Amino acid sequence: MSEPVERVVRHFQEELEQLKTRLLEMGGLAEENVRLAVKGLVDRDHDLIDRVLVGDEPVNSLHIELDSRCFTLLALYQPMAADLRTIVAVVKINTDLERVGDLAVNIAEAARRYASHAPIKKLIDIPRMASIAQTMLRDALDAFVRRDLALAQNVIIEDDRLDALKTQIFRELLTFMLQDPSTIEPALDLILVSRHLERIGDHATNIAEDVIFIVSARDVRHHAGEGA
Amino acid sequence: MPARAPRVVCGSVLANLRAVPSAEQPTSSAPAPPVPPKIDVSGMNFYYGTNRVLDQIFVKVPPNQVTALIGPSGCGKSTFIRSLNRMNDIIPGTRVEGSIHIDGSDIYAPSVDVAGLRRRVGMVFQKSNPFPKTIFENVAYGLRINHMSSSREDLSARVEASLKAAALWDEVRDRLSTSALALSGGQQQRLCIARALAVEPEILLMDEPASALDPLATQRIEELIYQLKARYTIVIVTHNMQQAARVSDITAFFWLGKLVECGRTEKIFTAPSEKLTEDYVTGRFG
Repeated sequence: MSEPVERVVRHFQEELEQLKTRLLEMGGLAEENVRLAVKGLVDRDHDLIDRVLVGDEPVNSLHIELDSRCFTLLALYQPMAADLRTIVAVVKINTDLERVGDLAVNIAEAARRYASHAPIKKLIDIPRMASIAQTMLRDALDAFVRRDLALAQNVIIEDDRLDALKTQIFRELLTFMLQDPSTIEPALDLILVSRHLERIGDHATNIAEDVIFIVSARDVRHHAGEGA
Repeated sequence: MPARAPRVVCGSVLANLRAVPSAEQPTSSAPAPPVPPKIDVSGMNFYYGTNRVLDQIFVKVPPNQVTALIGPSGCGKSTFIRSLNRMNDIIPGTRVEGSIHIDGSDIYAPSVDVAGLRRRVGMVFQKSNPFPKTIFENVAYGLRINHMSSSREDLSARVEASLKAAALWDEVRDRLSTSALALSGGQQQRLCIARALAVEPEILLMDEPASALDPLATQRIEELIYQLKARYTIVIVTHNMQQAARVSDITAFFWLGKLVECGRTEKIFTAPSEKLTEDYVTGRFG
């Protein structure tokens, strides 16, 4: 004989759901800012660039709000197991998304400087990098929502493409700079943008690693556990 | 005239009640209209004989919130909660000074009908204490002696509503005429809550309601408390600090008969103002 175990819906779970929703809102804002910043760079559109520069404020206030929510949930509910892993991971993902927001601002600032010079080349690889970085970010957050290990794993793999493109962009721009020193300033800004996009990919990778930790309790950072 | 000691007044939290719980706007700037307290304790002293066990207590308990009283054994929290429906009256040699108002009326005024007060201010104890009667009769008892039901159907409906409010109905609906003593500990405690709710109180006092229960039954009681606050003002005494953190909106910390600190629960458990509170909630006490 076994009595059916009734599940009690705890109001803690509702608060956890709210936490996730707010984190996704923040991710959406940060991702949109990356998109606008790169579009501003490519189209030499000052309005878009200005929008990114002011658009970071909501991301920053969500950064503070999410930390405070996590802090309160940890203090009041003493979460265990998957709940504990989720909240600790949200604290880290929160920091990653805030940095993505800052990097979007850095890209916008570089775009503003770049627009003050004549264009040195048609931008092809930077939009490709931006597209990959945005997809990685979106997939990492989707994996978080769906607890999707395969998708998280895929984000980590994608990061290699981003790194390769960054190296390629650097090599190409180096030739421009060697040939014509007047391109040094704008070329350096493009190198910086590629570096920012590569960093955004790194943050998406961190998020994916946190998702793997939430779902499977495995720590895959720094190739940990591979030899075990 | 007692010497004026620095005193803790639990009441400033009332002004913030509407601003804080909003999930969408955690830092609302609009000033919330003040909420009148449901229970207002002012300058209260309590004596067993000549022994003063509560000293200059000032607390304003907000309506439709859960207020938790925490503190080490013997700090006076049970004495305090029992004074809110005058359960201490039955102990010889006790004496109250200061005032306790509920909805603005002094509950220690000579004209107060104590039985009526206890109907408005229900109580649930640490050890579940169902009557040795059927499940149905346990809940119906208070309704009968208070002449609160007009017919058999009405009585049955009220018993059902109370059992539902106490999240027990689904487990007992098929055996209402069996003995309450056959229920599990957690079920008995929820039956006692149903019994307290049946007479339609405004305030529910809970003295260690889950300390004799296993974790799952405790969780059910805690969820029940969370649901009940929409309709009742709840004051709970608990030895379990984590429980206070989980269920309450306001936490009051008592120590040696004094109210050390009282404030919003998330503040008490994340950044208390008093060193003594910090030491207690971090387990450094003693």
